[in-house]
Amino acid sequence: MRKNYEGVAVAVPVTVPYVRYSIRAAHWWLARAVSELLKISKLKKEQLDGLSVSSFTLAPDSAVGLTQHLGLSPRWLDHLPYGGASGVVALRRAARAVQAGDAEVVACIAGDTNHVDSFRLTLANFSQFARDAVYPYGAGGPNASFAFLTAYYMRTYGATREDFGKLCVAQRANALKFPHALFKKPLTLEEYLVARPIADPLHLYDCVMPCAGAEAFLVMTVEKAESLNLKFAKLLGTIERHNAFPTDPIQMRGGWALDRDELYAQAGLAPQDMDFLQTYDDYPVISLMQLEDLGFCAKGEAPDFIRSHTFTTDGDFPLNTSGGQLSVGQAGAAGGYLGLVEAIRQLTGQAGERQVKDARAGLVSGFGMINFDRGLSSGAAIFAKL
Amino acid sequence: MTEELTRPKKKNPILRTRLPTLPPGARSRVALGLTAAAAEGRFALQSCRDCGAIQYPPREACQECLSLRLSWKKQTTTGELLAQTVLHHSNDLFFRERLPWRLGLVKLDCGPTVVAHLHSGIADAPVRVHVSARLDRAGQAVIVATPDKESTMAEDRQMREFTCDPKFRKVLVTDGKSPLGQALINSLAKAGADLIWVGHSEPWKKFPGFDELKKIPQVTLIPLDVTDSKSVRELAAEIGGKVDILVNNAEFHRAFGIVNRAGVETARAEMDVNYFGLLRLAQEFGPAMRARGADGQAGAVAWVNLLSIYALANFPSHGTYSASKAAAHSLAQCLRAEMRPAGVRVVNLFPGPIDDEWNQLLEPPKLSPENLARAAVNALRDGIEDVYPGDVAQEWLERWRDNPKALEKELSS
Repeated sequence: MRKNYEGVAVAVPVTVPYVRYSIRAAHWWLARAVSELLKISKLKKEQLDGLSVSSFTLAPDSAVGLTQHLGLSPRWLDHLPYGGASGVVALRRAARAVQAGDAEVVACIAGDTNHVDSFRLTLANFSQFARDAVYPYGAGGPNASFAFLTAYYMRTYGATREDFGKLCVAQRANALKFPHALFKKPLTLEEYLVARPIADPLHLYDCVMPCAGAEAFLVMTVEKAESLNLKFAKLLGTIERHNAFPTDPIQMRGGWALDRDELYAQAGLAPQDMDFLQTYDDYPVISLMQLEDLGFCAKGEAPDFIRSHTFTTDGDFPLNTSGGQLSVGQAGAAGGYLGLVEAIRQLTGQAGERQVKDARAGLVSGFGMINFDRGLSSGAAIFAKL
Repeated sequence: MTEELTRPKKKNPILRTRLPTLPPGARSRVALGLTAAAAEGRFALQSCRDCGAIQYPPREACQECLSLRLSWKKQTTTGELLAQTVLHHSNDLFFRERLPWRLGLVKLDCGPTVVAHLHSGIADAPVRVHVSARLDRAGQAVIVATPDKESTMAEDRQMREFTCDPKFRKVLVTDGKSPLGQALINSLAKAGADLIWVGHSEPWKKFPGFDELKKIPQVTLIPLDVTDSKSVRELAAEIGGKVDILVNNAEFHRAFGIVNRAGVETARAEMDVNYFGLLRLAQEFGPAMRARGADGQAGAVAWVNLLSIYALANFPSHGTYSASKAAAHSLAQCLRAEMRPAGVRVVNLFPGPIDDEWNQLLEPPKLSPENLARAAVNALRDGIEDVYPGDVAQEWLERWRDNPKALEKELSS
């Protein structure tokens, strides 16, 4: 039986405001993230003795190069290339580090720049399998991969574009209450449906917009957080899995389906106890898979679940309460942090006018790395209000 | 769903000729196994010699048992289309110019799931499909799915990008005098070539088959001596900007090796036609063809070389001829590299002995000029770049791949 995550606190939710394109390097975005963490926590640089970094555009540097770049001397350092699962994985590693005393305060940061040409370059060399067996086929990037999954899901489980649209429209409404969201205009279902096709059946509003930005939070023990007078949320349980179900001919489930029972057992809670859910939402179909695989409904029932719930912050199932990547933007690896950082805000009463009423517990899920035909990494974490 | 290939419109000489672009051509070394098989028209995937697992994408180790003993084995070519998409946006110039582009995810009957280019005749998923590996314009293998084995590639807008079909194209055949030249001309005419320029090195002489050639409506006879730089240059100046497919079948072939022949004159003549002839043609026609790699539906697409299976290993009783073909093979590899940026495919033919005058004393089987011509046209249609036509060539190839030293010893005895 693995050790529980008791006594781990997450604090200081930071979003470095996104922009569509930036002429700065990834280091600039990560530097701002660290500087915000220090400013809010009132910690000195020397007190950050742990650092976890995720970024697609930091090359040729890695986390260790960043320490010299930023003048940090951590005794615990991680570089996590897990894309959309980076947030949960960083949390898991950092939680164990502070439990074991290898570090006292771990700064988890993720961020990327976005030059006009960077997205194309990232795609062409994303992975060996992508370069050999996906990119030469039309160079559609993740749009093409998720088009396959979406088309197959729609055919198999009867989801409609209206179902996906309902999530996108609700998330846009949430985003309008999040000052850092790049999308500032409301979205109607009509606009969603008539948007231009990108990769059938995906249309414009099904696809995240790549941008530059950074997200960050601190991990430490509850005692440490209390001694620093920081608002924090408690970590109740967390899971990760890579390359789950490798023999499925096409991805209709992620690693959550393997590990969710353990997740809820660690937390001592059930799906119905969650006051909000932050899914990884680079494309809406993945949110549907997470609803199913995390036990909010059975496999194939997400379309019905969507039809019978509302997903705004004041709805009966608040989902992606800051707007998700679909309405905030996808700042590279920071996309895997967005929901986690928002969950900390929700559970520490820092979510402003999008605060979910009486939020006591929430679930955050991550998903990443379309290495070939499917996302390989999945993770999830449950947090509770103090 | 397929659209019939129509005759391209006459080119407006005032408009700019678009420059060639290529699909993404980077591959890991291990992935080039797919390309090596596709270059010969085979569909092969990595298969584990220890546990038998078949895997894709290509890996450095078996994903089942971690064995490093992997080999590329021919696979069944059927599967089910699980899902499809039509791209309306691409991050790559080549595809951007060709949108919309249809793709699918295919579960192969032999195991793996693959991403494939889809022929427009394939119905919506789920549906059975036939798969094959083809070379794309970058010269790298891609997997394509067609409704069935017999689907016509050239009559599909997307599939056409992987072929060099002679239909509606203008072809230069460098030697019309030989039986092979005449067989090639017949096959190309039958395949729908629009215009066939036929070279003859001694225009003052009427050669056997001359009258029959003149009867083929597409044929225009033109003087061409590949050993004469001026002759090649003048012809290139006249038609170089119009040739879509160049078939260099001019060759000089005499028997014997070293000790049974005095002097170097014969060997020099072989080199002059077989090696320098190719070099002269490449220098004069290569640049113009490279510039026309994207010249509409019937731009420059292919260059065909008549080599010989003796280019791989010297056949001592035709020793100097073998050497000249080995030199030509090496030069053809250089030409392939230099034509690649334009997407112009260099097709090499490696026949065994052709049933002609200079192979009189060789025992059968010998390859008939008609069969070799058919193999050449099929290679253009199917997008194959290395052709080993006939049983002798296939057997030599197998022996050479299995153990080149053994083949050398066998040939010397």
